[in-house]
Amino acid sequence: MTASVTDPPIPASADGDLLAIAREQVLERGEPLTYDQILAVLRTGDDELEAWLALAHEVRLRYQGPSVEVEGIVSLKTGGCPEDCHFCSQSGQFTSPVRSVWLNIPELVRAAKQTAATGASEFCIVAAVRGPDDKLMEQLREGVAAIQAAVDINVAASVGMLTQEQVDDLVDMGIHRYNHNLEAGRSFFPQVVTTHSWQERWDTCEMIAASGMELCCGGLVGMGETLEQRAELAADLSRLQPHEVPLNFLNPRPGTPFGHLEPMDTGDALRTIAAFRLALPRTILRYAGGRELTLGDLGTRDGLLGGINAVIVGNYLTTLGRDPKEDLELLADLDMPIRALNDTF
Amino acid sequence: MTPSDVGATVAAAGVGEVPLPDDRAHAAYCGACGDPLGGGHDAQAPACARRLELEPPRYCVVCRRRMKVQVTPGAWAATCVVHGSVEHSTWH
Ligand code: SF4
Ligand SMILES: [Zn+2]
Ligand SMILES: [Zn+2]
Repeated sequence: MTASVTDPPIPASADGDLLAIAREQVLERGEPLTYDQILAVLRTGDDELEAWLALAHEVRLRYQGPSVEVEGIVSLKTGGCPEDCHFCSQSGQFTSPVRSVWLNIPELVRAAKQTAATGASEFCIVAAVRGPDDKLMEQLREGVAAIQAAVDINVAASVGMLTQEQVDDLVDMGIHRYNHNLEAGRSFFPQVVTTHSWQERWDTCEMIAASGMELCCGGLVGMGETLEQRAELAADLSRLQPHEVPLNFLNPRPGTPFGHLEPMDTGDALRTIAAFRLALPRTILRYAGGRELTLGDLGTRDGLLGGINAVIVGNYLTTLGRDPKEDLELLADLDMPIRALNDTF
Repeated sequence: MTPSDVGATVAAAGVGEVPLPDDRAHAAYCGACGDPLGGGHDAQAPACARRLELEPPRYCVVCRRRMKVQVTPGAWAATCVVHGSVEHSTWH
């Protein structure tokens, strides 16, 4: 929920009060932080970071339990995208060295099997497109059927903006969850993408939410947005109530318009995790891209004890992740069991 | 982890004596940025090495052609149209 006239006024400067209010409101009553409150959390100093992470962890444990959802992702169609998302090395509009390439069905099934072997319950098939054409939908149908016949794993998809007919087709294929990110807060979005609008993204998200598939919708932080714009993204997501929110930290890619930006500060990234958890108490909050660069090993652990309850194992779409063994050992060390295939919250 | 210490498995070699696209012994170009090795590249070599810990090489180190690179959860494969393909597992 975004700020409304019924929200109690929050003194943004009285941080001690804010922590107590957040505890009562989010932890005890399960009500998400409002826009003003999220912003106030994002403005707190490093001296309070530990307290906010601890509260976010308590909220995660109360509403999502101790388990962690593990997912693998793979790119069915890489590169050559007509859109111009300024963070993305797969846009065909920049001088990024990423070349266009398609994955074949046997390779797709092999990737799903590898992912399942880690204990993962989700496998997401991604394509770098504005939206799917008939060829991609056909490839997807074939690929999903081949995975379902060979591997015990939920299949998710992320193939851009959709028509209602395509939404229905995806439901028919048995797609369990669909990813479509808002990417950025509405007011910052035009500085990130010019080839489509925030509203178009929102519309696809609403269609997914109404379809019976689970909605996975998140964004990126560390793209030069103001704290207000970062809070706006969290509040927008809170209003949308997705089943899952993947949180990406910008990994500046060479050749893209954001390639010159510095990776986000670790403290800021952790504060963002806590604020997003308090804005989304009942949502799966997943580490997505950029965590290796932004958080490192220590920060990764702190985030899992500060609101994160899902990870992507192995590599990303064009970049490399950590060895899954390291992540699985960390989860075991933290006493966080891997969420099983049919567990729900 | 760097591509050189992840336990390389060669999927398909180039023809005959032709070196592979990530063959360090025959490298004339940087796999990360595509610039010629040595000289002006030395200054940015550490940054390129760090980049190669987080992503596969994008340029063939023998001929500088941009490669087709496929990343999957547990591996990456890169193909130079002249120097063939390599595949590396990233899971131990
Ligand atoms: S639509 Fe997706 S693949 Fe295309 S440029 Fe944007 S983020 Fe990249
Ligand atoms: Zn280089
Ligand atoms: Zn070559």
